[in-house]
Amino acid sequence: MAIEVRIPTILRSYTGGAKVVEGAGDTLGDLLADLDSRHAGLRGRLVTEAGALHRFVNVYVNDEDVRFLGALDAKLNDGDSVTILPAVAGGAFGFAAAAAIAAQVSQRAALAAR
Amino acid sequence: MARYDSLLDASGGTPLVGLPRLSPTVPDGAPPVRLWAKLEDRNPTGSIKDRAALFMVRAAEEAGRLRPGDTILEPTSGNTGISLAMVAKLRGYRLVCVMPENVSIERVQLLRMYGAEIIFSPAAGGSNQAVATAKQIAADHPDWVMLYQYGNEANARAHYETTGPELLHDLPTITHFVAGLGTTGTLMGTGRYLREKVDGIQVVAAEPRYGELVYGLRNIDEGYVPELYDATVLSRRFSVGTRDAVLRTRQLVEVEGIFAGFSTGAILHAALAVAHEAVRDGRRADVAFVVCDGGWKYLSTGAYGGTLADAEDALEGQLWA
Repeated sequence: MAIEVRIPTILRSYTGGAKVVEGAGDTLGDLLADLDSRHAGLRGRLVTEAGALHRFVNVYVNDEDVRFLGALDAKLNDGDSVTILPAVAGGAFGFAAAAAIAAQVSQRAALAAR
Repeated sequence: MARYDSLLDASGGTPLVGLPRLSPTVPDGAPPVRLWAKLEDRNPTGSIKDRAALFMVRAAEEAGRLRPGDTILEPTSGNTGISLAMVAKLRGYRLVCVMPENVSIERVQLLRMYGAEIIFSPAAGGSNQAVATAKQIAADHPDWVMLYQYGNEANARAHYETTGPELLHDLPTITHFVAGLGTTGTLMGTGRYLREKVDGIQVVAAEPRYGELVYGLRNIDEGYVPELYDATVLSRRFSVGTRDAVLRTRQLVEVEGIFAGFSTGAILHAALAVAHEAVRDGRRADVAFVVCDGGWKYLSTGAYGGTLADAEDALEGQLWA
């Protein structure tokens, strides 16, 4: 048995369009290295040069966020299911729009303060 | 207390009810594992967002940012708009809500009923289009006030000052607090309070995992993490798919008679997971979770009846939490 990995739409260019790929590894870090050997470039989109998970990427093992399980050191077992998702706050619409307005308002405030 | 000077004063103070039928059974002699539901649908407009809306408006008034007759701008597809509409009406402000045109008809009707004005952004563009629409509106109306619930400390403070103390008062033996992760205000505020007061408290987040349409094709570098979010407040964080959320939402009304929205189903799913772990480990647990709102606003989705697969299809592409 292997570990099933769900790939989000935006990263399927690395997996030939596949939604789900299989990999192996004792930790999440090992798994990503294994995946990268067949899907070159995938790891680089998930892990920063400093070796940490990218801030805007969430990875779940059996539906639990790996950041609370040791991040790249999170232990994996055969049969686990790993899901990769872009970080989108609950209500993607509201947050995107709110962030845009907040950015504009603070720009305006900075201009006014000059 | 059952008498209040106005509706605004009646926010919070919600009941905490036990779930004797949904709580897992433990082996003879093992310590009890109990689930408790905090009924936030008992707030003035029927959701937990009344607490944050009231605190954010009061904070803006105290800071001199809001004066009578001002216009509040809120990009929302959810309960915050409805709560703000009520608070704005009673405190004398105009509310303009920006939302995608594909939100449920109940939400539009409720907002208009409370007196809010609505600007629709095209559904097809998703959050990218929402950003463009929001920027345009802000540029056209520099005097409108945005409370920005994702970065507004008064949102989290509402829960630090009310939800947290209420829970500890009603359930001094609490071991786990489980809530939904959206703006993160509920978890940050309640979580911080409980961490200060209860040794070993577990603060558990349940976030909705939507259909692929919602995540769209955005670049990973354009992701969003709310400014309020502080991961050190949380103990664990679960991602709950549509199917599990619907299953638990139905179970809650079928088994315990609590009719809730789908985000509550996602939260219950995580609460049951930690409850069953406690049973397995032979540990005592009092798991309190949040019922965010009632199911009324979601009836038109049709997801309360039929097969789970049908319900999943009905919610595909919707922001159900």
